[in-house]
Amino acid sequence: MAKVAPGEHELRRVIDEDREVDGLGEQELLDLYRWMVLLRTYDERSLVYHRQGRIGTYAIFWNHEAMQAGSVYALEDGDWIFPSYRESAIGLLRGMPPATVLHWWRGHPAGWWNPADYNLASICVPIATHVPHAAGLAWGKKLKGERACAIAYFGDGATSEGAFHEGANFAAVMGAPLILFCNNNQWAISTPLSKQTHAEALSDKAVGYGMPGVRVDGGDVLAVYEATREAVELARNGGGPTFIEAVTYRAAPHATADDPSAYIDLERVEEERKNECLGRYERYLRKLGVLADDLETEIKAEAADAMRKGIAEAEAEPEPDPELLFDHAYVDPPPGFRDG
Amino acid sequence: MAELLLVEAVNDALHTELARDDSVMVMGEDVGRAGGVFRATAGLQERFGENRCVDTPLAEAGILGTAIGLCMAGWRPVCEMQYDAFSYPCLDQLITHVGRYHWRTGGAMDFPLVVRMPYGGGVRAPELHDDSPETYYVHTPGVKVAIPSTPADAKGLLAAAIRDPDPVVVFEPKLIYRSERGEVPEGDYVVPLGKARIAREGTDVTLVAYGAMVPLCERAADELDDVSVEVLDIRSLKPLDEDALLASAAKTGRVVIVQEAPRVAGFGAELAAILAEKAMLDLRGPVLRVTGYDVPYPYWKIEDSYMPSVERVVTAVRQVLAF
Repeated sequence: MAKVAPGEHELRRVIDEDREVDGLGEQELLDLYRWMVLLRTYDERSLVYHRQGRIGTYAIFWNHEAMQAGSVYALEDGDWIFPSYRESAIGLLRGMPPATVLHWWRGHPAGWWNPADYNLASICVPIATHVPHAAGLAWGKKLKGERACAIAYFGDGATSEGAFHEGANFAAVMGAPLILFCNNNQWAISTPLSKQTHAEALSDKAVGYGMPGVRVDGGDVLAVYEATREAVELARNGGGPTFIEAVTYRAAPHATADDPSAYIDLERVEEERKNECLGRYERYLRKLGVLADDLETEIKAEAADAMRKGIAEAEAEPEPDPELLFDHAYVDPPPGFRDG
Repeated sequence: MAELLLVEAVNDALHTELARDDSVMVMGEDVGRAGGVFRATAGLQERFGENRCVDTPLAEAGILGTAIGLCMAGWRPVCEMQYDAFSYPCLDQLITHVGRYHWRTGGAMDFPLVVRMPYGGGVRAPELHDDSPETYYVHTPGVKVAIPSTPADAKGLLAAAIRDPDPVVVFEPKLIYRSERGEVPEGDYVVPLGKARIAREGTDVTLVAYGAMVPLCERAADELDDVSVEVLDIRSLKPLDEDALLASAAKTGRVVIVQEAPRVAGFGAELAAILAEKAMLDLRGPVLRVTGYDVPYPYWKIEDSYMPSVERVVTAVRQVLAF
């Protein structure tokens, strides 16, 4: 039986406190910057590609880059990532080609990948149902005596789902090395957090599972990194799962098919956009003297180039063979499965 | 050969498969210390330890959801759902993930998990301990389904399910858990999925059934002493042994399908549709169904009026013979 302190309510911060994080030198700080730029570029280009009709409906993750890059940076390559659709491009941080993710959003079967190639589960479309998968993987690795832990990403709305609860509870009971990473952007399409929960803070939910609950500024990549690193260390040392609530504000539509002007506070969005996570990190790095104009230009050009190549590669892919309909529904298909 | 009850044969299969393959594990509610509410998992935890026979939290979707992750970590989980109707929460995971994940990875990852559960009525139990939910499962692409009716098949089909590379759901007819006794081969024993079993040979009419309806059909056949009745035990709903179904229909020309699940869009409807499409010229009468009704499974004082009975089967056979 675990005895855990009530969840923290103060947001953990690094950038706004002008702190530095132990163990992160110039190289590491710039790695993180490259990752954020890559994600930002992917996201902004995808919106353009959508408008140009080159990809389908797309779930925007603008201003979520700090949460994604900061947390993945705290993992080892052997650790497993379970993304929701909001983290569709998180595989880029594990070396997945942009074309693969673009294929996924183009509805092309070339957007399939082997999870074992990147230790990255498939994108989960229904809300929170991948949380038990992550709990199971982490538990299964532990049973095999392997070192890997897992991280599951989901939004604030997901905490209302039964699957979130069951996954969190299983992970805690089994002592699974799992990080439950909640990107609380305070909106589930048009439903605000106040209609999602009566709890004061989502991190309070952790207490009921007997696991630590941590709140962090989700726009602060270094605070996210530091909090995740701590949770990973706890998980690897047999301390079981941690719930991390990364607090931010959704500064873009839920997806390309959404018009938030019907429900969101546009002034609050404007404020968030001014303080968006990549700009905040750039200002921090410049103040430290780690980032200057030429390096910023170079890193952004690299990312833009990767996306240009990615979309070209995706568009060069031949149309999928309709025969693919019948591939992989089963390993060993039943005789009548092609009858229609 | 050992003489075992059907539920003992399930237990034998689990012991045999856990001993054969280190990656097979059993998980579910009360499966460990208690050995399962029907004793199907008795002795596994003592023999294989708490990590191979796991008492889980009471959460069916959590059991099946974590089983997916366990597969990704290299395990072959065998999940027990304590009762048929308690499996409904796990349908979310089954439909959205279990049946799709292999496909979603472009065939790169296998999800060789098994769900097994006692199912069916006639046991004088409270509400929602009596359902026959096989159609929900069979209807899900990517998922296979088997239902034994004899102790030997209970062992052999479960072993086949555990060794199968695809997710397989095995429904065990709890009504006959302790009434069907039979010879069961010792040690390794597999009954391949996709092969029906002729439970009784006959030439005038075919009774098609699975699970607890098979012995019921055999009793009906005994009753019909002036008719040569063939009883076909489907036993593997997907993959389905269509050849065996069509061969028997061709031989007798008359078919009655018996299922205890509600009639509407039940598995019997699928069998009838196959016969309509592929056996029309062999049939000498309409394909009839004897089934449960489109009502909630009743309170047990009146459950015998819900369950297909020998009388209802006999009546249907007389009807099709008179056509």
